[in-house]
Amino acid sequence: MLNFILKRLGLAVLVAFTVSFISFSLMFLSGDPAAALAGETASDQDVEAIRVLYGFDRPMLVQYWDWLSSALVGDLGESYYFKLPVASLIAERLQVTMLLGLCGISFALLTAVPLGVAAAIRPNSIIDRVALFLSVAGQAMPSFWFGLILIVVFSIQFGILPPSGTSTWRHFIMPTIVLGYYAMPAIMRLTRAGMLEVLSSDYIRTARAKGASEFKVLFKHALRNAIIPVVSLAAVQMGFMLGGSIVVESIFALHGAGYLAWESIARNDLPTVQALILVFSLFYIVFTFLSDVLNAWLDPRMRAG
Amino acid sequence: MSDATTNMTPDPMLEAIVGPTPGQMLRKRIFGHQGLMIGVVVLSILVLVAIFAPLLAPHDPYAQSLMARMKPPVFLGGTWEHPLGTDHLGRDYLSRLIYGARVSLLIGLVAATISGVIGTAMGVAAGYFGGKVDAVVTYLINVRLAMPVVLVALAVVAILGGSLQVVIVVLGLLLWDRFAVVMRSSTLQVRGREYVAAAKAVGCSTPRVLMSEIMPNIANNLIVVMTLEMAHAILLEAALSFLGLGVQPPTPSWGLMVSEGKNMMLFEPWMVLIPGAVLFVLVLAINLMGDGLRDVTAPENRS
Repeated sequence: MLNFILKRLGLAVLVAFTVSFISFSLMFLSGDPAAALAGETASDQDVEAIRVLYGFDRPMLVQYWDWLSSALVGDLGESYYFKLPVASLIAERLQVTMLLGLCGISFALLTAVPLGVAAAIRPNSIIDRVALFLSVAGQAMPSFWFGLILIVVFSIQFGILPPSGTSTWRHFIMPTIVLGYYAMPAIMRLTRAGMLEVLSSDYIRTARAKGASEFKVLFKHALRNAIIPVVSLAAVQMGFMLGGSIVVESIFALHGAGYLAWESIARNDLPTVQALILVFSLFYIVFTFLSDVLNAWLDPRMRAG
Repeated sequence: MSDATTNMTPDPMLEAIVGPTPGQMLRKRIFGHQGLMIGVVVLSILVLVAIFAPLLAPHDPYAQSLMARMKPPVFLGGTWEHPLGTDHLGRDYLSRLIYGARVSLLIGLVAATISGVIGTAMGVAAGYFGGKVDAVVTYLINVRLAMPVVLVALAVVAILGGSLQVVIVVLGLLLWDRFAVVMRSSTLQVRGREYVAAAKAVGCSTPRVLMSEIMPNIANNLIVVMTLEMAHAILLEAALSFLGLGVQPPTPSWGLMVSEGKNMMLFEPWMVLIPGAVLFVLVLAINLMGDGLRDVTAPENRS
């Protein structure tokens, strides 16, 4: 088990360093970050001054090393636009994104797991077909369109939910649904498949033969085993969601890290964009690592792979 | 042999044992699969619409008209001159939708092809050679999965400038992860089969084994992933264009149309609803086709 954890940890660290290098070098795609920063109207002298001021005149690897060694101690540079340390800017904005992510994954789990269980109890029944239809339709629904429909219906037509902002819990209802529904199909399908497999196993037959009530069989014996892969999938989905919140945050004007990313990209604020790509990647890496460890702990067969 | 040809009345017992041929069974599964059939029919219609866009569109999708701005669709009191109304610049909505099908399908097809080539090469190499190659590919897949796709795509498109080509290439370079994962495990499954061992035993070269023994036997999975990634690419392009950092105006992209309609949403919600609905139908059709193909080609995996 320790061996497995160390191996995964090594891979996670290696991946994190690679991602940091990629997110850093992405900003050099334009060829000259100084010219991009100075804007189209700047004179050659201005561009040159900016190049020296921000250190773009040094070799790229030196700049990377500089950036990385500061990043390791929590200094992600200064935002070009806000003139504030990027780290504190992101830390402040992340609160909204984390809250939204937690709400989103809770919503997805609370709707998808019962639906998956209900579908597995009676395969090919009406409930199963409805669940299957919802999962296929859910995957095809563009999230920005879904969000706008919710605004049209609940904010404009009925006027019962606020269309944008973060001041009360009611502002989070629609963003939670839009962010959460995307994870639903995968969670539902996995719950359904897991339940189907578990329900046909020997120990369920034994439990039934002993005369355990159907409720006890389903929830105490079956779901407890079927839920294991679902929990680790949820951890991975959570990592995806934080990265995907950029669309949701821009629709509902939630000033979280995703919104910050969108603004910063539009404003050419390189340090902020680099740092955000790194932070979102780190979240994903941490969540998948935790999910791997959780899997291995719960199911010894996983440790070999 | 003479028995089979001379006996004109087929033995019912023999027929019951022989049953339908695999080809007949496959055809029956394909045509009996509701989701697959719906997906194929809807997608075919949309592909035809995209191909024959110049013949079908009632107006020029780029032609602006100050006199005919924001006309409502015919079912909301508009006229048949503009069946789905006009946008804020007076461009015919139906014509823009029809030309938008070209943008979406082109992006989906080309981006999925690019990522398919990258991902398949990596996955097959990892599955077939194993060892260090597999370790490197697994590491690359992990790196790719850790990068937030929307964010990276937005940043790169913003730096390089939004155009159809840039969006296609960026998405193509980002969406190969599922190809690599699926092709790797499929290759692992067929690598140990007898026909692969036989091909190696008669002295086939490695490229020959890969191309004529491995590839044909994992092609069905490749097609399934291809359809799903096509849908993924189309949705991502729409999201990027919606955020204003994808395909740039005046190109008729459905995501862009939703974005442009968003400002008028309070009074004219149809401007958002119509392009989004078309996008939803296209992606749904592609997904139905992909899911159906998976069911049909892998009957042992059906649940």
